[in-house]
Formats: sequence, C-alpha cells, structure tokens
Amino acid sequence: QRSSNELYLRCQEFGCEQSLLSRPDGSASFVQGDTSVMAGVYGPAEVKVSKEIYDRATLEVLVQPKVGLPSVRERSQEQCVRETCEASLLLTLHPRSSLTLILQVLHDDGSLLSCCLNAACMALMDAGLPMSCLFCGVTCAISTDGQIITDPTAAQEKESRALMTFAIDSAKHSVLMSSTKGSFSVHELQQCIAVSQKASEKIFQFYRDSVKRRYSKSL
Amino acid sequence: MKDTPLSNCERDFLLKAIEEKKRLDGRQTYDYRKIKISFGTDYGCCFVDLGQTRVMAQVSCELVAPKENRPNEGIMFFNIELSPMASPGFEQGRQSELSVKLNRQLERCLRNSKCIDTESLCVVSGEKVWQIRVDVHTLNNDGNLMDAASIAAITALCHFRRPDVSTQGQEVTVYSPEERDPIPLSIYHMPISVSFAFFQQGTYLLVDPCEREERVMDGLLVIAMNKHREICSIQSSGGIMLLKEQVMRCSKIAGVKVSEITELINEALLNDRKARKAGGKCGFAESMPQERITALKKDETPVEMTDVTETANGIIQKGEAAPQTVPSPVVPVPGVGQVGQGLQNSWGLEDDDEDDYEEEKNDNSGDEQVEEVTKMDVGEGDVVEISDSEEEEVVILNPEVPEKPKNTGSKSHQKGAAASKKRQKK
Repeated sequence: QRSSNELYLRCQEFGCEQSLLSRPDGSASFVQGDTSVMAGVYGPAEVKVSKEIYDRATLEVLVQPKVGLPSVRERSQEQCVRETCEASLLLTLHPRSSLTLILQVLHDDGSLLSCCLNAACMALMDAGLPMSCLFCGVTCAISTDGQIITDPTAAQEKESRALMTFAIDSAKHSVLMSSTKGSFSVHELQQCIAVSQKASEKIFQFYRDSVKRRYSKSL
Repeated sequence: MKDTPLSNCERDFLLKAIEEKKRLDGRQTYDYRKIKISFGTDYGCCFVDLGQTRVMAQVSCELVAPKENRPNEGIMFFNIELSPMASPGFEQGRQSELSVKLNRQLERCLRNSKCIDTESLCVVSGEKVWQIRVDVHTLNNDGNLMDAASIAAITALCHFRRPDVSTQGQEVTVYSPEERDPIPLSIYHMPISVSFAFFQQGTYLLVDPCEREERVMDGLLVIAMNKHREICSIQSSGGIMLLKEQVMRCSKIAGVKVSEITELINEALLNDRKARKAGGKCGFAESMPQERITALKKDETPVEMTDVTETANGIIQKGEAAPQTVPSPVVPVPGVGQVGQGLQNSWGLEDDDEDDYEEEKNDNSGDEQVEEVTKMDVGEGDVVEISDSEEEEVVILNPEVPEKPKNTGSKSHQKGAAASKKRQKK
C-alpha cells in the first residue's frame, strides 16, 4: 500500500519488561519483532583505580553474543552504545564511580543495534540513573529499488543496499549516533534521518506508556 | 566491580535459622525453588528460571574435521559463560575459580556420561563430523547456577535440531531447514545435577541453596543423576567430611528430585512441540508475561511519513554547498601522485625544508615558500651527486634520466609517492 506521495512505514511490534533480574540495579528486556535483547545495569559502584576518571563516572558497555565469544563486531557495537549513553547520562554527578551496562543478545532477527540501544535506555531508566534525555535506536534499510524500510528483519537486511542505525534523543530529536553500512546518496541519508526521527516519536511514546503503566499502582 | 561483602550479622542470622530448620524464603530442607522452562524462537535455545536464578542455553552445530583418535565420533563442546550481568563479582573474560568449576562439572555431567550418541554425528568418517556447541549464559545469579545450567543444557540439547545431510560417495550435501526438516539429536538419557549445601561441618544440609545460603555454606555436594537412578557424577567440594549414610541419603533425595525435574522438562518440550506444530509464534517474546505491570507490549502500527521527502529536501538545501575546491590527486609525472600540493610542512622543522620544493607542474608557484633556498641551486641538467650531505634529496626515476632514485625519510616526511618532496631531474 505504498503510493508515490504517501509513505506508510511499518513500525514493528515492541515489547518491554523492566526489573526482571534481581541482582543488577536496573534491568530491562526489549523485544522488536523477533529480535530481543536483555540489558542489565550496575552502578554507580566502585571503580578500579586504573579506570577511574576524576570528574565523571566511567561507563563500560559489554555486548554478549548468543553463540561464541565476543569478537570485533561486538566491540564496535559496544562503542556505538557507549557513546550514545555518555551523551545522555549525567556522568559528572558521580565522579570516580563506575557504571556497567551489559547487553545480552537473546535472538537476532535484524535491527540488532537499535534493539540494544532501546534496551539500554530502558535499563538505565530502571536503574534510576540521572539522564539529560532519553534515547532510542532506529534502523533503516534502503532496498535495491530505493525504498526505505524501518526496522528491517534479517532477510530484509541481507537484500538491502544500505543499512543505517541512528540513535535519536528525546529532547530535540537530534541524532546522537549513526552507524551505516553500504552506499547511499546524501539525499537518501537525510531522508532516512527524517524517517528515523518520525519513528522515534512512536518509541518514546512507548517508553512513556511503559513507565506510566509501571507506576500506575504506586502513584 | 566487587561483590558486596556479607556482613557478620547476616551470616549469624542465616546459620542460626538453619539450625532451627528455617530457610530465608520459607522452603523446607529438601524443597526446590519454582522451575520455569521456556524456549526461544530457534531450535536449541532454552531459558531456565530456578527461582530468581536465570540462565539461557543455546546449542549450535558446525561441520568440522574429527579428532585424530576418534575419527568416527562427533565433538561436543560446552561453555558456561559467567556474564557480568549475573553478579557484580563476575568479570568478563577472566577465568575465575567458580567458572572453571562449573565448566568442568557440566562437562563431566554431560560428556563423560555419554548421554548423546556421538557416533550418529559422524558424516564422513575421518573427515567431517558435527561439532555440537552448547553455550550457557548466566543472566542472574541467585544461587545454584550448576543445577540451572545443567537443566538448561540438557533441555536445549533435547530441543535442538540439526540440518539433514546426505552423502553420495565423497560428496556431502547439507540441506537447509526449508529444504528438509532438521532432525533431532539422539539422546540416550538426561543427566541432571542436584546440589546439596552443608553447614556446620556436615550437620545440616539444604537442597538447592540460594545465593545467601551459598555464601555461608561449608561445603557443596553435587550429584548428577538420570531418571533411571544411575549416578553420572558425584563431586564434593569444600573439604567437609561426609558420612557414608549422608551420601546415600543425598543420592536418594537426588533420585526423587531428578525424576520430578525430568517430568517437568518433558512436559515443557511437549508443549513447545505442540505450539510449533499449531503454527503459533514461539520465542522469548511470546513467553514474556503480559499481565505483569512491569511489562508492556504494543502491536505493529504504521507510521505516517508523508512529509519526509520535503523535510529531507529542506535540510539539504539549507545545508552548505559542497566546497568547490576539492583537493584531488595531481599527477606531475608518470609514477608520481601528490595530494595537497603547496602545503607547508607542519612537522616543526621549518627552516631547511621548503627549499627543495620546486613544484614542476603546478599552478601555485613557490610564492608560499618564504624560506630561502639554502642549498641546491642545481640548475637543470646538473647531475646531483648522491653524496653524504645532510640534505638528502629524493630523485624521481624518469625514463630519460638514468639515475638511481634515492628515497629518503628526510625531515620526518613519510616516504611515499604522494606527499614526499621531490626534485625533478630533467
């Protein structure tokens, strides 16, 4: 049902559960279609002297794949998530402390990095860490005939010409992080960013609904 | 990160309560916590909740060459990953003592008991066999990781389906799941481990210790059994002295518990098989409890994107035009390329570098060079000796000039055709 002037892009079904693990300070699991990621946060806690920073907290992100040991791919995903979190967390409120964010991939069916970002944000919220804004991740794929698909599945990702993931913040809907693969024009990039900003509104609304439901009994 | 140390009053409280036959969560001495088994979307993925302890197991397979001394048998590989998510004391990558102990115990329980028929994993004898890899990830540690891991591992192995293969002489064809249905592994029996914690030098015993109880226990006895009451492995650690009757009593208790757990596993496998046959979606997403207040699920919604193209166009127009002067590589002579012509050397040694900087072809003549030419007023046609002067030149080998090129790393410039200083010989 796509015509040339109207674009309706599918937003996958979301599911989220918070505080599902008893040991971590904050935990969340986020489900996007078939892709699911579990996140756990510890912090602020004691930090090793070799890693401490005198005026802010040290954030460490670990991505655990489902099969095998973490490799370079997980390291690059960790860097993307860490830079997004550092941009939105108020790290200067906890100097010389450590914040550890662990992401466990439960099932990967495409859009993994954006699912990790969403799970990370919900876990940080659950842990009660002070943040200047919330963030969410949106993945766009450009198919071989030029159509933009949001939240692609693994099959759609494989056939796409370009794959982009953006982290969008909730305050100004600006781009916090971008990670792209493949070739695309400047025009297509700007279109994808605009698409991601639109899709991020849905995700932020979902965050609000989850938290409202969670505190509906206690307020 | 370090684990929070246990305070003395907590320790005393726990020990006193155990002496009075009371447990923190109200269980009896021989009671297990509530076990919940669920499966993921693909075959071989299993989640086990033992009270608050959560683990996930994933089974995968790969065709490899077999071991030298066992050319007819497949290979099993086990790995328990103590994720930092499970406990603040676990560190990524470090092989702690607990990790070694758990891995070894799981291997003894599953590999040495020969519960999987490894000969059926052979495809071409001596060349290609299936390697079955079991990864157990600990998600939350509330005590008794060993039992949870063993339940998860054996359930995942029962749930797993490997691709079908056919051999025609030396050719092996592996069929994808769409072409031919994958086939399950052949499993003889299901060994499950049961843990007993001992306190006060073996006087008191508790089955399925939780995390607090594990911290104050003196010793641990792990018995792996199957439902036919065959003991697959026994391990006692902690240095406690156990009497023969105690060990016999524990093995009887283990027999009862194992048969209960095996029934639970079979029921879960059956339910999953029925759900998959009915065609419904299975996976972690489905097993998420919807009625909890901390969980929310939202269905697919279309997102309207009508003004996306206009927004994108607006942004591009407002943005700056691309710079007209794009530095592109320049080729002065065949074999030499240069990027960034006419740039000053910014490496800090300003005085005697720019002198021999005659640019042969290019438009910007040496007006940037403020420094005077100290040496090398070599006119055209002169032969430059390859002398031992401190001022070294780079000579370009031209077809007409039979001089040897002498590349230098002069003045900390990198060697390379593209941005090195050169002196042209005509």
